[in-house]
Amino acid sequence: MRLKRKDLLGIEELSAEEITLILTTAESFREVSEREIKKVPTLRGRTVINLFYEPSTRTRTSFEIAAKRMSADAVNISVSASSVVKGETLKDTARNLEAMRPDCIVIRHASAGTPHMLAGYVGCSVINAGDGAHEHPSQALLDMLTVKEKKGRIEGLKVAIIGDITHSRVARSNIYGFTRLGASVTVAGPPTMLPPGIEALGCKATTNMEAALKDTDVVMMLRIQLERQKESFFPTIREYSRLYGLNEEKLRKAKPDAVILHPGPINRGVEISSEVADGPYSLILDQVTNGVAVRMAVFYLLLGAAREE
Amino acid sequence: MNRLVIKGGRVVDPASNIDGVYNIYIMGGRVASVKKAETDTSEIVQVSPGLDIIDAEGLLVVPGLIDLHTHLREPGYEYKEDVRTGTMAAAAGGFTTILCMANTNPVNDNGSVTRYILKKAGEGSGVSVLPAGALSMGLQGERLTEFAELKEAGCVAVSDDGMPVANAGLMRRALEYSRVFNMAVITHAEEPVLSTGVMNEGKVATRLGLKGTPNAAEDSMVARDITLCELTGGRLHIAHVSTRGAVELVRMAKKKGLDVTAEATPHHLTLTDEAVAGYDTNAKMNPPLRSKEDTEALIDGISDGTIDSIATDHAPHSTIEKDVEFDKASNGVIGLETAFSVVYGLVKAGRLTLVDAIRAMTVNPARAIGIDRGAIRVGASADIAIVDLNKSRVVRAEALRSKSKNSPWLGKTLDAVVVKTIVGGKTIYGHGESLKK
Repeated sequence: MRLKRKDLLGIEELSAEEITLILTTAESFREVSEREIKKVPTLRGRTVINLFYEPSTRTRTSFEIAAKRMSADAVNISVSASSVVKGETLKDTARNLEAMRPDCIVIRHASAGTPHMLAGYVGCSVINAGDGAHEHPSQALLDMLTVKEKKGRIEGLKVAIIGDITHSRVARSNIYGFTRLGASVTVAGPPTMLPPGIEALGCKATTNMEAALKDTDVVMMLRIQLERQKESFFPTIREYSRLYGLNEEKLRKAKPDAVILHPGPINRGVEISSEVADGPYSLILDQVTNGVAVRMAVFYLLLGAAREE
Repeated sequence: MNRLVIKGGRVVDPASNIDGVYNIYIMGGRVASVKKAETDTSEIVQVSPGLDIIDAEGLLVVPGLIDLHTHLREPGYEYKEDVRTGTMAAAAGGFTTILCMANTNPVNDNGSVTRYILKKAGEGSGVSVLPAGALSMGLQGERLTEFAELKEAGCVAVSDDGMPVANAGLMRRALEYSRVFNMAVITHAEEPVLSTGVMNEGKVATRLGLKGTPNAAEDSMVARDITLCELTGGRLHIAHVSTRGAVELVRMAKKKGLDVTAEATPHHLTLTDEAVAGYDTNAKMNPPLRSKEDTEALIDGISDGTIDSIATDHAPHSTIEKDVEFDKASNGVIGLETAFSVVYGLVKAGRLTLVDAIRAMTVNPARAIGIDRGAIRVGASADIAIVDLNKSRVVRAEALRSKSKNSPWLGKTLDAVVVKTIVGGKTIYGHGESLKK
């Protein structure tokens, strides 16, 4: 089985069947990481380039480990070490990388739409590892995989996504993903961080965190960029934390068995209290583990198996 | 003396209240007479020496179009456009007079730059170029330029276009001081701190994850400039109106009798922010493409005269600026060679009358900057465009005269083809081509 597409640019364009295929495939790869020899030969001879224009530890490492566990060769290019500082355009970078015949380029970029541009320039597969405030598809896939693992299903669940929705690619990808699989999603945050027309993506929106949490099965907290305070998206960290931070008291509004996700890295004591982050229903570390499996699955479904379409 | 007859075309000249089949007689570059064809008994002798006859039967004949808003990019950015290519593009679009903005390098903030542009224009395609001088030195928004010197050198208006005048005090002084010279102050009305986005704020921006600029960025600045116009009695022209709120503000200002005029671009009249989907940098401009409600309000504004002019905001950019990440791409699109066709699309769709469309591209822009042009009037310079409304064409990059190809209509089929452009009785575009289909 392969995905009938060259690239993974976003969740928006994926069907429920495609998402399910990726999740099912990821479930079968989870076991590889449990082995003593954590490697399968599936993508031997394939070359993956991780092209990161934004600093990232977790996502880049996760893609690199996923590629290596599939026996692909992974090369990392990060902005500071690349020719980008010399003013090379994305198009020229793309053509140069393409000339080295990679099978896949994983790109993270601060500008929304950049993976789409890149995909138009190169013949190899392109995976979006986060573009501006647009999408972060592999994050949403690992979130869905994590929830599915704990809850046994996605359909019919109530999901609350809380925090800075305006600047969050994680929120957008998860809204598409969870709703496509039949969950209902509510986003919550201060009015300054709820972008206009977010409901058009398929979710409900509220400025009341307690209302969003009520009877919810999944609570996804977003990282708040502390710099946003300077742009007056919120007056102080203290007030933000009081109104939109998750603590045990607020969590009681959710279902008793609600699970908690966070794409990381977390700001302890800001958007999430330590008791909750480290509590029994926190899946934050499961997310990281599943991240590798999901990315292995994506590599496999884009690059692996037979090359016929 | 050279003579020219444009015979049997449908002449639409809103300034003279003419719409019908007329023969236009031109002598020495000026309109000698305009006669209704069916009652015209003059014998046109095909072979008389020095007489040219253009058979315009079945074609539309209009006053040469006037564009209040182009960027010719020379001096300084000749890799994007220069006066020669820009005026060639203008001629191909049926324009006979264009106003060029001051954001060149060096900035057109003194007479020597103005004279340089006009010298280049003299060597151009024949389209008449009228420069707008900078409002502030270096477009820095701090000190006024020497309006008198700019006017003497040939500037007909002042504007910091591209850079909104953030300082309300400076805008006040510009509107006051310009009264001595009868020069329009053209405002690029966007509140800078609100217009930090790369597209229209709204559900499309939210979906694409791009930073938006709300309508309020424009509305608030238009409101400010109108109140300053009222305070000073200056002559205010509002460039590229994009929001329904601004249309309403201009309507109120005109009702009050203030000396305010306003323009809208063909792209703001016809495209919405949906055009950005796919991260097409040829849909990126300042102000951004707005919503359907805004385009509808703009078209209604043209119909009722609130938005008196249609101007291209022809803004050439090379692939270096456009073939990059969306939020890093430069703002603007070219428009001279597609403007009439795009506006005619609205006529064909029944949203605008042909007369209103032509008025907004001829006599109204002339009035906005106080020049006596835009009409086919006896004694006036014979500036005329001839258009075939029954022809259509696919917009192809390689066919565009502009050096830059950043058009949002590439690959699209547009109706109405300009077949001939005449300035001062001389054909500057469409030489010797048969006008017959």
